[in-house]
Amino acid sequence: MADKVLTANRLSDGTSVWLDAAGNWNERLQAAFVARHKEAVEALEATGRQAFADNQVVDVNVIDVEEVDGVLRPLRMRERIRAEGPTIAYAIGYSGLAATAA
Amino acid sequence: MYRYDEFDHAFVSGRVEQFRDQVARRLSGELAEDAFKPLRLMNGVYLQLHAYMLRVAVPYGTLNSRQMRMLAHIARKYDRGYGHFTTRQNIQYNWPKLSELPDALADLATVEMHSLQTSGNCIRNVTADHFAGAAADEVADPRPYAEILRQWSSVHPEFSFLPRKFKIAVTGAERDRAAIQVHDIGLHLKKNGHGEIGFAVYVGGGQGRTPLVAKKIRDFLPEADLLTYTTAIMRVYNLYGRRDNKFKARIKILVHEMGAEELARQVEAEFAELRGSELTLPESDIAAIATYFAPPRLAPRAEGWANLAQWKKADPEFARWVQQNVQPHKHPDYGMVTISLKPIGGIPGDASDAQMEAVADIAQEYAFDEIRVSHEQNLILPHVALADLEPVYRGLVAAGLATANAGLITDIIACPGLDYCALANARSIPVAQEISNRFGSPERQAEIGELKIKISGCINACGHHHVGHIGLLGVEKKGEELYQITLGGSGDENTSIGEIIGRGFEPEKVTDAVEVVVDTYLGLRRDPSETFLAAYRRVGPQPFKDALYGEKTVAAA
Repeated sequence: MADKVLTANRLSDGTSVWLDAAGNWNERLQAAFVARHKEAVEALEATGRQAFADNQVVDVNVIDVEEVDGVLRPLRMRERIRAEGPTIAYAIGYSGLAATAA
Repeated sequence: MYRYDEFDHAFVSGRVEQFRDQVARRLSGELAEDAFKPLRLMNGVYLQLHAYMLRVAVPYGTLNSRQMRMLAHIARKYDRGYGHFTTRQNIQYNWPKLSELPDALADLATVEMHSLQTSGNCIRNVTADHFAGAAADEVADPRPYAEILRQWSSVHPEFSFLPRKFKIAVTGAERDRAAIQVHDIGLHLKKNGHGEIGFAVYVGGGQGRTPLVAKKIRDFLPEADLLTYTTAIMRVYNLYGRRDNKFKARIKILVHEMGAEELARQVEAEFAELRGSELTLPESDIAAIATYFAPPRLAPRAEGWANLAQWKKADPEFARWVQQNVQPHKHPDYGMVTISLKPIGGIPGDASDAQMEAVADIAQEYAFDEIRVSHEQNLILPHVALADLEPVYRGLVAAGLATANAGLITDIIACPGLDYCALANARSIPVAQEISNRFGSPERQAEIGELKIKISGCINACGHHHVGHIGLLGVEKKGEELYQITLGGSGDENTSIGEIIGRGFEPEKVTDAVEVVVDTYLGLRRDPSETFLAAYRRVGPQPFKDALYGEKTVAAA
């Protein structure tokens, strides 16, 4: 069985998040709790269902990952891009609202 | 352009407040996701890979500078400083927060913009020729009819829950720049033998997983019957369109399965029932809407001819830009300017807030305050005096918007692909960027001539790959990206669906494959005036297959 983590998008802003070992939704894949056996995966799925029902997150999924040299890497490219952001330099010159608000 | 009346203002503002309430109830947990999702989609809000996405309608691609500035403001305040102009003449923002979207929509409403009907199984934003009202070859401006369709279809109760989404495009010229034959309904404005205005009506075109070219079901529909006949089509579709299978629910499948003749018969029968009803458009109503689209008063500016000749002589880059990005206007002293959103190696269709502001400034000063979005993901200034082309060009250069590549190989359409889109199987943008870099030299582009590359990251075909002269479709195979090449597609008045040329290519090989296709074309064309598409139609796929896969290849499945 491939290692698995629980991922979703936060309801309020849509940001991609992963469930960490403390039961919080973390914006970093590397902080994710990794399930390595069936019972742990079932616990992830149950947590995901509850978080969805509690309106914390949407689009909840358990995804396959592998750990290479201590770094988590999703098996599907889709999930790698979700974790790392677009693979392109998409907002050249953008430095956040604070810099442009004045 | 069209101006909202009191009804329009109240209607759009009312919808914003409804959505504000819906978002508040969703965030408080009062509304569950299943109940909320259709509501957010009705307001153009999707959930993508990294965030929500807001799609804002630009009706028939027409904007003024105030509206463009508002799009820049939305990019700055609610997003990450940029937006993405789409093949539906809309704009998408990739990073808005759900909690802030009602404020964004309220801001948009102040300039008569909204995101209604940019999603859902309804009649979507009606698109039109981006040169409408300016093109020398135009019979009539298609936008008044697009606006009439917009008003009629907005939250139309009978057509808000169709079997599937429904797209209408209108063109007013023989040269089809609105790709009407790959729309659910395509309307071609024309004059009959008596000089009366009407439409040739095409039905059942579309791309996606089943690409089909629309069938003409009526050669001439009087303009007064536009809504009556469209209603008849919608009713036949609503009645017989499949609801059991999402992939077979578009009207193109109905046309295909029922046959165009039978569909036309049914539509005509419904039309006969409806004709003469309140749906008939009074001439005065058409005239009233048309006045909103009256062309600006274009004073003679004959001095531009001499100026232009001097400027071109003095600056070869300016001359190249004029050659490629300025088209003849119906007034001889004016031109139609394409502002390329395809910088070499850039992201097709993206514009920063500063660039949007720059375009607004230039439009206000030199282009009668008119801007268009083209379905090819560029911006257009439809009315610019030749005498003003030089300062317009300088302004565009300063904003990084003066790439001289309209219609050339680097003027690539690309969907957001797997970098953003939850539906995508493969990335589109990096592929477009690499091809753009490979072919970026002006000399090489000029040698190749007109060549449209279109890239989609999944079979839904938002990147219009089926009608690309060279189309690229990204698929996922064994967890990796693979790009299938189609050749010979076209989205103009001679629409054709591209043919799959053979097995796909890995990301690192696809640019080489495109280069092989291009070099093959250069080697076999009769002379430089024979375009890629013309050459392909003459010789067929085999020379390209041989070049890509070796001699005596058998077409791949």
